[in-house]
Order: sequence, then structure tokens, then C-alpha cells
Amino acid sequence: MKEGWEAVIGMEIHAQLATATKIFCGCAVETGGEPNSNTCPVCLGLPGALPVLNENVIELGARAALALGLEVQGTSIFARKNYFYPDLPKGYQISQYDKPFSANGTLTIMTSERDASGHATEWKPMNIHIQRMHLEEDAGKNVHEGLPDVDKYSYVDLNRAGTPLGEIVTSPDFRTSWQAYDYVNHVRRALQWVGASDADMEKGNLRCEANVSVRKIGETDFNNKVELKNLNSVRFMQKAIEFEIERQIAAHEADEPVAQETRLWDEKNNQTRVMRSKEDAHDYRYFPEPDLQPLKVTPDFVENVKARMPELPDVMRDRFMETYQLSYSDASQLVGDRSFAEYYETVARISANPKLAANWILGEFTRELNSSGKTADESLTTAEDLAELVITVEAGKINNNQAKEVFAEMFATGKPAAKVIEEKGFEQISDTSAIERIVDDVIASSEANVAAYRGGNDKLFGFFVGQVMKASQGKANPKVVNDILRHRLVG
Amino acid sequence: MDVRKIANLAHLEITDDEVALYTPQMADIVKYVEQLNELDTDSVEPMLGGLTVEGASTDTMRMDEPRGSFTPEEALGEAPSGVAGHFQVPKVL
Repeated sequence: MKEGWEAVIGMEIHAQLATATKIFCGCAVETGGEPNSNTCPVCLGLPGALPVLNENVIELGARAALALGLEVQGTSIFARKNYFYPDLPKGYQISQYDKPFSANGTLTIMTSERDASGHATEWKPMNIHIQRMHLEEDAGKNVHEGLPDVDKYSYVDLNRAGTPLGEIVTSPDFRTSWQAYDYVNHVRRALQWVGASDADMEKGNLRCEANVSVRKIGETDFNNKVELKNLNSVRFMQKAIEFEIERQIAAHEADEPVAQETRLWDEKNNQTRVMRSKEDAHDYRYFPEPDLQPLKVTPDFVENVKARMPELPDVMRDRFMETYQLSYSDASQLVGDRSFAEYYETVARISANPKLAANWILGEFTRELNSSGKTADESLTTAEDLAELVITVEAGKINNNQAKEVFAEMFATGKPAAKVIEEKGFEQISDTSAIERIVDDVIASSEANVAAYRGGNDKLFGFFVGQVMKASQGKANPKVVNDILRHRLVG
Repeated sequence: MDVRKIANLAHLEITDDEVALYTPQMADIVKYVEQLNELDTDSVEPMLGGLTVEGASTDTMRMDEPRGSFTPEEALGEAPSGVAGHFQVPKVL
């Protein structure tokens, strides 16, 4: 960013709550079905149809709110947001306005600027104020391509209409595009972690908008802000914000006006362009939804949800650093997703070697997951089996290269470590008495060399090791061999 | 009373004559309803939905379980124009 300027950015995230059915009717929430096959009088907005709230929306909404540090409100009120668009059959969206489901959250995220090659420079905690997360229904989908006469007509598929959403709104707390980027990733993982949302931007079940303005450092007033939409990935969002910051600074410096407007990210040309100007700004005429009662949520309910929530990722990360003596970088990677973190913890506990377990999880296990496209809970190798392998490696029964080969086979077939080691004939002989017998045989059959060694030719030690390894067909544990040889050769 | 703005928000086309007719009528309606403001309701909890006692005790939530939906043919049955399983509407951007 140009010297002397700062950006002021606020974020709005729409997260689809992971229910089986829609928020106000029993139609299934699913993608990929035939157009308009998940519809009924309620979500088509037919006259006389009445909405009935899905109780799981309250459960998942509460999970989302708690994961983001928001306070669930005792009473919230649904409201009608009125506007006309073909994908909104009732002519209004049921949302919440002055009494949202949850409010007043403080969320601590980890954030870092990036260097020219995109690497984080220094991770630091930052507090973000989340004003609210309210509940609302999604609209349907307008289709403009692939159907007859699209120059004259648009088409509407209402399968998505009535899908439950949580809209998460922050204060304008972000000063750089990377802070906004780290925030969205934090929210995405938190929502997935507690099972509130699949939060997959590519599938459209997490959508974000950024409100961006710039001002001279030291100014306290806000300049006109631009709302950025069509941000289909976190990376596009970051690029769009960056572009917008530079565009606005250039305009201010040239004394050109920055219009308050909505702009879209154009990923082909790497720039933002105008979608809607302030002149057609909406007047939504919100009023309380008369067909729904105020939503009452008791403190007991909230406590109950809290009690059933998993440990949150940042808490888990700090605990991993503390309990298992892991670095910030390792611990952060381990809590990338919940099944992965839980997998690690099982391996760490059973193997009683958290550091070696972390190396395996972040090394070979991650490599295999990436190349197979699997998640940790889809792995054929259980955490128990991997722990067994870690124990075997730690005990020196097989060497590192053998262990990697063994693991590749385990991951591909789901066989336990012991079985693969046996099949490959990798089991090392660490049994002292067995190795002692081999050593004694070697010493007995190499009288001349033994005499030379004892006479001071230290280099011959390697010869004896080689002989023992050969006699054991490479299976003797080299460390045990060394110890016994040194002891016996003294004479 | 900006009748033209309200009509515009409701996607209604009205003539100048109608504006002249509706403006005093709507002003009268608002004035009539505004009588309610004479009551002091500071200590009264707002009531939403016009519930009766029976209504207030009725279960107002449902379990998250799918129920039958329309077929696409049924969904489009009442629409002026359904094409290829979609509602067909004048072009929007």
C-alpha cells in the first residue's frame, strides 16, 4: 500500500448452515438435483403458505455463533426484507434486522502480511469485532446460459430458495487485504470444525463480500466505500481488495471522486468493475415477519450446545504447543482441519512420542493424503496403525527408509504395520542374544583380523560390522551390533 | 407522501392523475393509523404475529427431516411460462 494511506475494510460472510432441509419448509437441501425438484408451496412463495422454523437451524446457528465468539441473543426477530428479483418468489427475503440471532463478538485471529513470493512474514494475533450473525433464507438461482432465447429470457431454479444462511458482519476492523484473507480462512475453518457449515467457497456455501475504503493515515472519518462482490475464492477476494485499495488511492490522489457503489471482481482481467451504483440503492422497508414468532433461545440451551462443542482449533493449537512441545508452525498445520487434528492426537497419545508423531503426520501422512485426495478420516490406515509404526521406528526395529516404504503400503492397502513389515522381511533383529551368537561366530571365524584389531587397527571395526550384517541378512539392528561388537572385541 | 417512490418500489406504474388522487388518500390513511401513537406503550412488550393463547402454545418449530417436494412439473404448473424445468422470466442481469 502506498505510504501515508490506510485501507478500512469490513467483511460480510454468508455461510450456509449444514441442515438436511430448508429453513422454513421440509424440502431437502441438496445440490445437483433436477431444477425446481426441491420446492413446495412455502419456498415457491405460493399464496397462503406459512413458514415453520427448522429447529436444527437454531442448533447450528448457535454453534456458529459460539465458534466465532458471538453472544446468542435471548430473543431475536425475523423480518421481511422487501425487494423484487426473479429468484425471490415471495417478493421479500425472511431475514433478521434490528434483533439478530447473535451479536457483539470478539474473535482473535492469527494474521500475517505476505512477502513478494506470498510467504507469511510474521504471524500475530489480532482482535476482530463481529457485530452480528443473523439468520436468513437464501434466494434461488437465476440462469442466463444454456437455455433457449437467453438474449430475451432469464430462467429461475428455486431449489436453493429457502436454504438457511448465517450472515456474519464485522466492524470495519481490517487494514490490509491479508488481514481480511486470514479472517475468512479463520471463519471457514471454525464453521467446518463445529459442523455448522461445509463452508466451501467453490460450492458456494460460503460467500463473502468486502466493504473497502481508503483514507490518509491519521484521518478518523471514512471516505466513500465500495462493496465488492463475486469473490469466488479467498484468493480472488484478497486480490480484489488489493486492486480496489490501489484504485481508490490513485483516484483520491488525482482528486477524482470515488463513487459509493458495488463492484464485481473480474477474474479474467484481474480488476474490479461497476455492478451497481448508489442511485439504484435499495430501500428494503424491513418490518417484523408476522408469520413467525420471536425466536427465544434460553441460556440453558446455549450452555447445552456449548457443552457438546468440540475444543476449538486455536485452543487445540495452543494446547499442542504447550503439551506436546510443538512449534507454532507445526501445531497450526496440525489443526488445519478437525479430523486431521484428532488423528494426530491419537497417534501422539498411543505412540507416546508427540514430536515423531507430528513429523509423520505432517510428512508422509500429509503427502499420501494430498496425492490420494483423501481426508484424514477417509484414510485406510487408522491412527492406531500409524502409532504402531511410529513405535516400531522409535524402537529402531526398522530404519527410516524402510518405514516410509512400509507406510506407503499401509496407506494403499490398510494393512497394519506389523503385517507389512513381515511381508517385506524388514523386521530387524534387536534381540541381544541372537546378535551375540552371530557376533561370536564372526569373531571365531576371523582370528587374524581379530588379532590385528586388538593390535590397534581400528579401521577393521567396519569389517566386523559388515560380516555380522551379512550373516544376519541385513536384519540385525546396527546399533545393537555396534554395542556388542565393541564389547566383545575388547577381548 | 412520495407516492411515486412507493409505487416505484412496488414495481407499479401510475399516472399523474393517480398520483394526485392517491396522495391525499394515503396521507389520510397514515394520519388515521397514527392515532395509535397517542398511546404510551413504553412498558408494553411488542407483540408480533397476532397470536391467540392457543397460537402461542402451538409448537412453532419442526424437526430437520425432509418431507415430500413438488415434482418440477408441479412446481411449474401455475407459472405463466415454464421451459426446460425452469421458470422463464424476462431477461435480468
